[in-house]
Amino acid sequence: MKYVDEFRDPQLIKQAADEIRRLTDPARHYRIMEVCGGHTHAIYRFALADLLPPNIELVHGPGCPVCVLPMGRIDEALSVVERHNAILTTFGDVMRVPGRHGSPLERQARGADIRMVYSPLDALRLAREHPDRHVVFFAIGFETTAPSTALTLQRARELAVTNFTVFSNHVTIVPAIRAILDSPDMRLDAFIGPGHVSTVIGARPYAFIARDYRKPVVIAGFEPLDLLQSIAMILRQMRDGRAEVENQYSRVVPWDGNVPALRVLADVFELRPYFEWRGLGFISQSALKLRAAYSSWDAEVRFTMPSVQVTDPKAAQCGEVLKGVLKPHQCKLFGRECTPERPVGALMVSSEGACAAYFSYVHRRTAAAV
Amino acid sequence: MSTIAFPSTLRFTDTQIEMAHGAGGTASRRLVEGLIAPLVGACGSLADAATLTVDAVSIAMTTDSFVVRPLRFPGGSIGDLAVNGTVNDLAVAGAIPIAIVCSLIIEAGTPADLLQQEVQAFGEAARRAGVRVVGGDTKVVEHGKADGLYITTTGIGTIDPRGSISSANVRAGDRVLVTGPIGDHGITVLLARGDIDLNAELKSDTRSVYPFASALIGSVGRDLHWMRDPTRGGVATSLNELARDCALGIVLDEDAVPVRDEVRGACELLGLDPLHIANEGQIVALVAPEAAEKALAAVRRTPGGEGAAIVGTVEAAPAATVLVRAAYGGLRVIDMLVGDPLPRIC
Repeated sequence: MKYVDEFRDPQLIKQAADEIRRLTDPARHYRIMEVCGGHTHAIYRFALADLLPPNIELVHGPGCPVCVLPMGRIDEALSVVERHNAILTTFGDVMRVPGRHGSPLERQARGADIRMVYSPLDALRLAREHPDRHVVFFAIGFETTAPSTALTLQRARELAVTNFTVFSNHVTIVPAIRAILDSPDMRLDAFIGPGHVSTVIGARPYAFIARDYRKPVVIAGFEPLDLLQSIAMILRQMRDGRAEVENQYSRVVPWDGNVPALRVLADVFELRPYFEWRGLGFISQSALKLRAAYSSWDAEVRFTMPSVQVTDPKAAQCGEVLKGVLKPHQCKLFGRECTPERPVGALMVSSEGACAAYFSYVHRRTAAAV
Repeated sequence: MSTIAFPSTLRFTDTQIEMAHGAGGTASRRLVEGLIAPLVGACGSLADAATLTVDAVSIAMTTDSFVVRPLRFPGGSIGDLAVNGTVNDLAVAGAIPIAIVCSLIIEAGTPADLLQQEVQAFGEAARRAGVRVVGGDTKVVEHGKADGLYITTTGIGTIDPRGSISSANVRAGDRVLVTGPIGDHGITVLLARGDIDLNAELKSDTRSVYPFASALIGSVGRDLHWMRDPTRGGVATSLNELARDCALGIVLDEDAVPVRDEVRGACELLGLDPLHIANEGQIVALVAPEAAEKALAAVRRTPGGEGAAIVGTVEAAPAATVLVRAAYGGLRVIDMLVGDPLPRIC
């Protein structure tokens, strides 16, 4: 398959792994954070740790939208749906996120009208097909998915659809990276920059990481060869004492981003003053809300939200794992109370969550090897 | 229903039934093993088909319900699924399918011509599979209750004396064989639902797998150790159940697993693994190493079996685990599916 097979070519992968070995100084330890959950998933799915020297440690970052969603947001959406007999639509990943009274999947089994969609446009279509019902789209994701939500809202306004609203949980990646860089337990050497997000925002927004914090950033694709090449690029920067933003994923990521998508985003969304990130706490200017011109389609304006604050179970150490301080299996609940089937923390829910990826692809393998 | 060593220590503690309990993964296993089997007093292995002896004749018996949305999809419909699914459960138990009975639950308001088409599809599938339809039952339920049509079929067959199918036969060194490209059915139905705006030239593989089962038993006899038709939960779930039952490890060679480009493409886009996607016309079989090539040749000679391949090996360790080895050397665990396959965000 084009764009896939050439990036899984065994010969090229072996060459990249050999190059990484040559570039690694055996006397030092490397801590590299992959920001994006898609990378976390790919690293485990392709078992890339098997190809890396043991002194390269990959630290899993906060770039999994479901993982950083505070539990209260699920409860708020579910309460609107139940009070107003609305149809809740959302992406597959959200279906298993536990709220205080069950996940959307469990509430669906109890009769709530919750439907999985692949695109927000499908949610809008549903609203037009059911003019007698209200349809709420639970929007989630970084700048990757936000443009499709924005386009859908533009379309809803054009068509003057009145029975459709968006509950925005969109967040932005750069403030989260900054929060990690400013965190007192920060011990990272470099970043593998997000791939999908960067197709929209480009490479430029990461410049401060290299300039102000002197950490290399390499934007990477999602195939094994992409990730290995990116790690080699990071190691080369570190060997040469450079800290720059480089773009390994140039086949998809333009340096200046996707200008039409950024224009749509700016038309529809504005930054919230602050937003809660699960495990990371409140981060200022880190999330998107609908502009006043779109308030008729804003679920937070149309409906009163109970503003639910739910604290995570005390024993769950999602925050430490999200910041890369703990490995998934070092959490007290990992694999016992918290499993992909019965997740306690959201990192166990999404296939891009570090805990779910570790559980699926590594956990039993290492357990068996010991 | 899955093969489960019984009695089991699993207990069912969930407070309500969710869709995941019917999705064929670990939740289904807990429901069957922890609640249903102990209460009905089931004995023996809870395999897809039961085997029993009546007047010195070994027979296999199975039942299966078909609830599918949409009722028709490229390559098939609920009518032929209902025959093939039951025939296939008998075939992979090592039986020669003989007869089926069916029960139709019809929603009031269902167009008569739709019912006629499905019953016709049922009859044709039964003729193709060489089974007689010897009885049945019909119920009509209120509008809004049954997605148009539900079908339950029960089938019997006689055990082919040349074979012996059991997870207890499986040994380290056995080779894993699949009879053709995997994931066609699951992806076809997912796309036919129209929830996801993707199009692919793809059709369900629904068919009787008896010709493959017969070719395997006929060519290598008791060197065929175990087989299964990997429906819900896909090849990965079937093999994980086997790995747990026999406490052995199974290592698949990713590049050897036949997957059509359309299925691979859809899986890459949706974040799914073809090994977790349902099939309705394939067998995954475990064959003694010295007989593997002969078994493969026999399947490939069978019409529709040209795409068969040997895809992996049973190993002593790690026990109860299925691993996938990529061509470049990476080794990952592939577990049973948890719940339904859910497409991911990005």
